[in-house]
Amino acid sequence: MGVVVFLIAFVAVSIPLSWAFRAALARLLPRDMAYAAGTMPLTAAFGLMVVGLYVFVALFAPLLAPFPERAVVGSQFQPWDSTHWLGTDRLGRDMLSRLIYGARNTVGIAFATTALAFLVGSLLGIWAALRGGWLDQGLSRFVDALMAIPSLIFSLLLLTIFGTSVLTLILVIAAVDATRVYRIARSVAQGVVVMDYVEAARLRGEGTWYLIRREILPNALAPLVAEFGLRFCFVFLTISSLSFLGLGIQPPTADWGSMVRDNATLITFGDVTPLLPAGAIALLTVAVNFIVDWQLYRASGLKERI
Amino acid sequence: MPLFVVSTSCYEMLTLCAEKPWRVVAGIVRHRTRRNREKHNTTNKAHQTGVTRRRLLQGATALGAAGLILPASYRPARAEPQKGGNFRIGLGHGNSTDGYDPGLWDNLYAQVFAAARHNQLIEVDSDGQLIGEIAESWDSDDGQTWVFRIRQGVTFHSGKDVTVDDVIASLNHHRGDDATSAIKQFFDPVTDIRADGDNVVVTLDAPNGDFPYLMSDYHLAIMPGADGKIDPTSTDGCGPYIVESYEPGVQATLNRNPDYWKSHRAHFDRVEILAILDSAARLNALMTGQVDLIDQIDPATIGMLEARNVANILSIPGNAHYVFPMDSRAAPFDDNNVRLALKYAIDRQQMVDTILGGHGAVSNDNPIGPANRYFYADMEPKEFDPDRARYYLRQAGMESLSVDLNVADAAFAGAVDAGALFAETAAQAGININLVREPNDGYWDNVWMQKPFVASYWGGRAVEDHMFTTGYAAGAAWNDSFWEHERFNELLVKARSEVNEDLRREMYHEMQRIVSFEGSVIIPMNNNYVMATALNVATPEQVSANWNIDGFRATERWWFA
Amino acid sequence: MHLVLMMILQRLALGVLTLFVVSLVIFGATELLPGDLASTLLGQSATPETVAALRAQLGLDQPAPVRYWAWLTGVLQGDFGVSLATRRPIADMLATRLGNTVFLALYAAAIAVPLSLILGVLAALWRNSLFDRVANAGALSAISFPEFFLAYILIFLLAQSGYFPSMTRISPNMSLGDKLYVTFLPALTLTLVVTAHMMRMTRAAIINLMAQPYIEMARLKGLSPLRIVLRHALPNALAPIINVIAINLAYLITGVVVVEVVFVYPGLGQLMVDSVSKRDIAVVQAIALIFASAYVLLNLTADVLSTLTNPRLMRRK
Repeated sequence: MGVVVFLIAFVAVSIPLSWAFRAALARLLPRDMAYAAGTMPLTAAFGLMVVGLYVFVALFAPLLAPFPERAVVGSQFQPWDSTHWLGTDRLGRDMLSRLIYGARNTVGIAFATTALAFLVGSLLGIWAALRGGWLDQGLSRFVDALMAIPSLIFSLLLLTIFGTSVLTLILVIAAVDATRVYRIARSVAQGVVVMDYVEAARLRGEGTWYLIRREILPNALAPLVAEFGLRFCFVFLTISSLSFLGLGIQPPTADWGSMVRDNATLITFGDVTPLLPAGAIALLTVAVNFIVDWQLYRASGLKERI
Repeated sequence: MPLFVVSTSCYEMLTLCAEKPWRVVAGIVRHRTRRNREKHNTTNKAHQTGVTRRRLLQGATALGAAGLILPASYRPARAEPQKGGNFRIGLGHGNSTDGYDPGLWDNLYAQVFAAARHNQLIEVDSDGQLIGEIAESWDSDDGQTWVFRIRQGVTFHSGKDVTVDDVIASLNHHRGDDATSAIKQFFDPVTDIRADGDNVVVTLDAPNGDFPYLMSDYHLAIMPGADGKIDPTSTDGCGPYIVESYEPGVQATLNRNPDYWKSHRAHFDRVEILAILDSAARLNALMTGQVDLIDQIDPATIGMLEARNVANILSIPGNAHYVFPMDSRAAPFDDNNVRLALKYAIDRQQMVDTILGGHGAVSNDNPIGPANRYFYADMEPKEFDPDRARYYLRQAGMESLSVDLNVADAAFAGAVDAGALFAETAAQAGININLVREPNDGYWDNVWMQKPFVASYWGGRAVEDHMFTTGYAAGAAWNDSFWEHERFNELLVKARSEVNEDLRREMYHEMQRIVSFEGSVIIPMNNNYVMATALNVATPEQVSANWNIDGFRATERWWFA
Repeated sequence: MHLVLMMILQRLALGVLTLFVVSLVIFGATELLPGDLASTLLGQSATPETVAALRAQLGLDQPAPVRYWAWLTGVLQGDFGVSLATRRPIADMLATRLGNTVFLALYAAAIAVPLSLILGVLAALWRNSLFDRVANAGALSAISFPEFFLAYILIFLLAQSGYFPSMTRISPNMSLGDKLYVTFLPALTLTLVVTAHMMRMTRAAIINLMAQPYIEMARLKGLSPLRIVLRHALPNALAPIINVIAINLAYLITGVVVVEVVFVYPGLGQLMVDSVSKRDIAVVQAIALIFASAYVLLNLTADVLSTLTNPRLMRRK
């Protein structure tokens, strides 16, 4: 029951906050952006606010965290008190500090991974759509084959082969994700490449890079952005599942996915500790997707009242 | 009178040992007890079949003294065992790839399942003594030719009588050039195995007073033979329970063998052994009454489980220990000052409290445990002392130190956490330990004895010489710190044949001191075997510290109260 | 109609090609893993002689291309071979587990697909209402919890109080009712995992059409909003919805190893992970092929269905 009460209180607090945040944005931003900000739904304002908060926490983690990321400052699983606001974890490290540092590591890694996946996946996808023929066929069939291998097991294989440093983790998850991005980018781009303006640019003799950058990408962006939002959040889950299977981020680095895994057994006894990092992930997921929804909605051209 | 006689009563042996103790010590079999390292296999490996006859001289043994630690609330009915019930075990082991071949049994699931359906020649009882199983008795005139008298009237589940030929086929499965058994090398000294009436005669190339201990190894299940070979894919045995169904990595169901020759054992009607790899799933299964016994409880949750009052916790101390070996050939670990600095930079009590949840004891870098006879209890302890660590660092000519520590939970449950704790305390002494988590998969192939500073574990040995010879003698196969110490190796050989008790004690104490202060293995703690049972499960007064799950034999020894 | 048939045949041919590439990739990756079956079977007790003996016995001393060729010719004749670790025929090992995996996937899909379609349609109908927001946030929170954690929470809430078993022990001779009862928690976990994706796609696909002139027309005719959504928008939005359902069904079959571990459910995922860590390549290959076939077939079905629902797609290349 406590959880329900907490959720209601949380929503009750976040509505006025989001409203105030939206009002502040509309006031402070330059005119052309202010209109968009002023008319956005409260959910989007909430999303922006949360993402802003996360970015802030991630950037200033060392200033905000009361204790160092990896220092053992107490005994195992201390209760919440005035020194350790959220208690300590299984090694006696301050939970709040690890959550704060976790924002930096998790969001950083997830962003790097997703960005890389999109860079590779969407460029290849658009390129394949643009060139067509054998290149398209070869790439697409290969990607199809990779996608037919369950992603978690494929990541497991690759990480066992190449080791589990943060860099390989990013590269492996990005590689697996890139196949999904490739597919979407290709199918979206296929719709765009047949447009007259692309044909016109081609006839002008523009190069491939120019076509991708100036003609196709801008017109294929909306669905890619939506996908970015989801993929970004799934990186946390992938890391968490990998740490369930014994891989994942190197300790003692704090990251939410591994923190859920480390403390998960406690939920068996009704202890809320593992809910904290899981909640942090959930909040970010919801926030990012609220923003994405808003953007998609604007792109759909529906002019209803919100 | 034969020189070596051991019978089920074990009585005659006592006098023999008093006569020729050196024979016993010198002939210790080199058990390869860490044979079964793999992913989920961590706390179950203690292998103490090397209990020697000397132990028997002590009457109530040290192992016995260190038997069971029971919580105050735990007052099981110690009445006569009752028959009946369906005993369900949830183990954190077992793979869907597990096979049937006895030579390749390698995890707790395979071991417990094997003990439920098979008998061996010899059993190690709860006190660590050898008692006859399929071998009624055994003796040897010279320690080189061993005669095992086979028990008559025992039948396999299929109805066939257990014969001398079956025993020979079962032993030969692990022997010979094309054998693929994990214990093949134990049989290297065996030159001949032959039948002689109701006896099996084993001839060795040299005397070995400890050969019977080898026969208690869990791989040596007695199975029906045909044409001198056993069928390694069969589940037929002569043990307490008959297999009804088995799906590797999922479950095995067995029913009581109505013709079992031991009348005072095997109390359950039915046994189910389930593989439950996830620790939370195991806890939940026990708490919701879906199983009656689980192993490997996450130390962080033991306290909470106790508080729920839905289960009994069994915590069995033994000689098992967790270690961090350093490659003594590689810089910077080739300098003993560096090794000492690291030894003083670890907070042992914190490790026991956090990693073991208190179910264990601090170790002073000593592979010999309190259950050993010559345990050096008064050795100067190593408290966590950053200043002292810095001092030794300076002795080594360093201001600070940075080393990689490669770990995986495959080394032992909580190894990664232990590494993180170690890194934190070491940081206070100016030592930067860079923790590298390796994949569990392939840890023993690619990391252990490959990287210079890793985590590992030992089941411990009941005999000092056995422990030192396997893990610390120069060139030993599992000398995982590649450590060589002239004085130590000299003492090791000397102590084997020393007859004077006090002198031997002195020698073993000196060796423990050398290992502790000049050795290249950090041993922060001794871990207990921790199990949890449903409240209605009753165990004998003494639960074996020789292997986990009461020496794998809970199905045969326990009952429902 | 023959256009659809042509498409199916063409896609099937491509599917076979995909399977071939998958088998190559999996074989190569498993070869790259450190150690082999002989050394992992013997574990720490491995000595050079026993490893060599076991390797010879298992045929692992052959060069990799030879082993791959032997495997491939076997499979082409319908023989998956024998598991080297357990020495049992792979087809037997997989049969029950494949059945279990498919059962759980269908069970979860039977709850999740109608649920997400209804929620998606309602969310699109009452878009930006409180219902929309709550359904959206709830679904998103559900997918942003790691699967195993979601499972733990459900066990804590529903199993510890005794409503459902925390562990799913199923046997072939159980009645369907019992099976549905004991596998309810894993099915519910998976439902929570996949619902969000399908629901959001349904909602998005419908909303995407709401600005179209023909919808505007229907609205001007005075049709009820529900009728507009169901009769006018939904049929045209079916293609992307079917596709996302196919992806999620494929996921339910191929991607649920974590849920299998938590609920001790004997499915294919666990067997695949075990076989990878034991380097039992033939088993890994067989399961990878099953997974890949499921993926290929589901995608094919989705494409055929979307083509049938929207004949315009047939003209596209």
